[in-house]
Amino acid sequence: MAAFTLNVNGRQREVDVAPDTPLLWVLRDTLGLTGTKFGCGQSLCGACTVHLDGEPIRSCVTPVSQAARGRIITIEGLSADRSHPIQKAWIAEDVPQCGYCQAGMIMSAAALLVKKPRPQEKDIDEALGGHICRCGTYQRIRRAIHVAAGSASEDRRKPRAARPGGEAPGQPGPGGGR
Amino acid sequence: MRDFVLVSRRRFLTVAPAAGAGLVIGFRMFDGRGAGAGTAPPDAEARLAPNVFLQIDADGMVTLWTTKSEMGQGVRTALPMILAEEIGADFSKVKIEQAWLDKRFPSLDTGGSSSVRTSWDTLRKAGATARAMLIDAAARRWNVDPSACAAEKGEVLHPVSGRRASFGGLVAEAAKLEIPSDPPLKDPKAFTLLGRAVPRTDTPSKVDGSAVYGIDVRRPGMLYAAVALAPSFGAQPTGSFDGAKAKQVPGVRSVVPFRRGVAVVADSTWAAFKGRDALTVNWKEDKTAPEDSASLRARCQALVNKPGKALRSDGDVAGALATAARRVEAVYELPFQAHAAMEPVNATAHVTKDRCEIWAPTQIPSWAWGQLKEVLGLPGEAIRINVTLLGGGFGRRINPDFIIDAAEISKAAGSPVQMVWSREQDLRHDYYRPYSLHRLEGGLDAAGRPVAWSHRFVSTSISAFYDPATKEPESDELGGAADVPFAIPNVRVEYSPADSRVPRGWWRSVESSFNAFAVESFLDEMAAAAGKDPLRLRQDLLREPRRIPYPMPDVFQDTARLKGVIDLVAEKTPWGAPLGKGQGRGLAAHYSFRSYCAMAAEVEVGPEGALRVNRIVAAIDCGFVVNPGIVAAQMEGAVVFGLTAALKSEITIDQGHVEQSNFHDYEMLRIDEMPQVETYIVPSAAPPTGVGEPGVPVVAPAVFNAIFAATGRRIRRLPPAPGDLMQRG
Repeated sequence: MAAFTLNVNGRQREVDVAPDTPLLWVLRDTLGLTGTKFGCGQSLCGACTVHLDGEPIRSCVTPVSQAARGRIITIEGLSADRSHPIQKAWIAEDVPQCGYCQAGMIMSAAALLVKKPRPQEKDIDEALGGHICRCGTYQRIRRAIHVAAGSASEDRRKPRAARPGGEAPGQPGPGGGR
Repeated sequence: MRDFVLVSRRRFLTVAPAAGAGLVIGFRMFDGRGAGAGTAPPDAEARLAPNVFLQIDADGMVTLWTTKSEMGQGVRTALPMILAEEIGADFSKVKIEQAWLDKRFPSLDTGGSSSVRTSWDTLRKAGATARAMLIDAAARRWNVDPSACAAEKGEVLHPVSGRRASFGGLVAEAAKLEIPSDPPLKDPKAFTLLGRAVPRTDTPSKVDGSAVYGIDVRRPGMLYAAVALAPSFGAQPTGSFDGAKAKQVPGVRSVVPFRRGVAVVADSTWAAFKGRDALTVNWKEDKTAPEDSASLRARCQALVNKPGKALRSDGDVAGALATAARRVEAVYELPFQAHAAMEPVNATAHVTKDRCEIWAPTQIPSWAWGQLKEVLGLPGEAIRINVTLLGGGFGRRINPDFIIDAAEISKAAGSPVQMVWSREQDLRHDYYRPYSLHRLEGGLDAAGRPVAWSHRFVSTSISAFYDPATKEPESDELGGAADVPFAIPNVRVEYSPADSRVPRGWWRSVESSFNAFAVESFLDEMAAAAGKDPLRLRQDLLREPRRIPYPMPDVFQDTARLKGVIDLVAEKTPWGAPLGKGQGRGLAAHYSFRSYCAMAAEVEVGPEGALRVNRIVAAIDCGFVVNPGIVAAQMEGAVVFGLTAALKSEITIDQGHVEQSNFHDYEMLRIDEMPQVETYIVPSAAPPTGVGEPGVPVVAPAVFNAIFAATGRRIRRLPPAPGDLMQRG
């Protein structure tokens, strides 16, 4: 066990966990932020996506020791009142079905709009191609991103400093057991 | 399966005034048809029986306890819409509470695309009863004729005098009135809510992380459990295991055996996972004849060449085939499929000496309840099952296996426990959509008209998995094959179940997902052999309206409605429109879950075999549509689910276990592969029927018929192997 100070959704949080613990489980089990979801444990589905210094990362393969140095934003911290343009567009387009993958989708879509305020189809494919929605909401996700891009273009904040290397490569979690 | 089917078919309807100021209406219903409302004795037992529950509070809030599990299909929106429409409630003031299973709601089940169909009459009657009583209360207060009053937007109005009263202010008086036994239902022409694409009520909670799924349950003192499960089908724990290394993992509290495995209980999911990986468990495996895909295939090939149980025999197929001008023959093969819901299997349990409480993403709490009583030795009233949101169901969460495991672990650990499986376990310990093999033979006369249809098929039967003594195949295997809808004078359909140790279960559209592929592909093959347009041939074979018995009691498909969705798709596509190089268009139509669905697929195949599905035009006739937005979403979802199974994934078995382990080798369709989906709904006043599943079966045949049109290549085994899609010549 080791002590880490995490900056999560603008708050300093002290945690005492094993250094190899993926950020996902610290968020969910230690800090009670259950909006970030466990889907595959291997960076294959995107359900666990959060922002680390503005970059979408897969929290299921990002050790807490790596995440401790940056600003972490989870779905709970994207806005206080579902007012982020992506959230508003998601509501307007009635995107979710079961909804389980949506937090990850929304975090990647929000990061995309920072980099590409007017994303092309291929930008959406790239940004969301690592995510899986088993219910099949892809068509509405694409539409909602375009809707958000329209509404978001007016007050576009400056892109934040990108973390080198993009997504955390991480290493496969255990979870291979039967 | 039989247990909960019997339970779900035996429902009860009661209406009773509540104690206190609220008007409380509970319903008993019989197989969804809804019995007449009547007064029930105000004893505790009568009030505990209902499975649908409505309450209007003094503040005007209308609450509906839904007995259906929300797994993305929209029941927390569609069901309250029905109720609110009939009451005349303000929909912004309708609240959905999830029913839990205990004495109060003794029967809960969600599946078979039946939620709206089986709730329709009951909820309308529930709403109409409330409306009649509120109007009656207002009319008495005002001393006017109730028939001169109306209820809308949460108020009772008397238009002649301009008087109005809010529902909330009327409930105390309404609750004292006699309950009408047969309140008039609204004229559908007067509907203001039903038929509109009302936004889903659960969307806001699904964009801010506040929605609570099974895996999000947090209880005081709760620990996390990871489990070691059997390494091969049928393997049993010997009771011997070494948990010493697991216990050295920081955060691990205990290692406890349960009936089908060993659990590591810890302070966090991660610690539990690490502990599980450090665990050594000894299993008793039967190594004499481990199951594998190749041997199963060989067994099924032998079976499909022998006569099976006749499901249908019209005319003389053997004779017609012998004298046909031309014969067509094809064999189709479809693999096991996993559900792969995005929320991995999990359940939370708190079991003490005399009580059991469960929080789980479950489709059929009733089934879990029956098993918990047995396993825990507790009386039924000591068990409560809370239903969370489901991060996808697709049939996986019908089976209660994971709930029982969690309960056993909680009991052994002596604390509330949340058990979470890895994705690998989720894929390897599923109840798979059956494997099936189909042999079809068809005969054409000299004019190219189909005169004979023989379909013999084999599947690893679901019925036989749950009840090995089952001799008769049930509808879980047969729908869509036995009721082949085409006007062909000689038809024979035969079925043989295949033995297997692989667990099988219900999977979004189940048997229709394989039977429709065989039937709709083969009709396309007959059209090609006859040199006929596949749309024209379908229209010809469905020209005379007929009622075809479906392999369930009192269920028939109406071929005129099937032709209706085909005609609509043909018009909207439009069928004859020109396509580019390497492109092709295919069609399929199918009846399932009492609804009719057709799709046209437009595909493009590159010279190297790269496939792109560009567009799907879908039409559905599902009777009266409660919420067209949800119907469109379900069709989009059906396309993704159907394409994933058709193109991307299969479960294969080696040495008695599943070879696939995660999304790298059991792939899902992704956003860059999503075709444009257009949904058209046939206007209908017929009672509502299924929506969630009927789109899935038509996807694969429409796409592979389009691939044939584009390339001349007929793919009969799913998913296609590399090279299958290379263009001819």
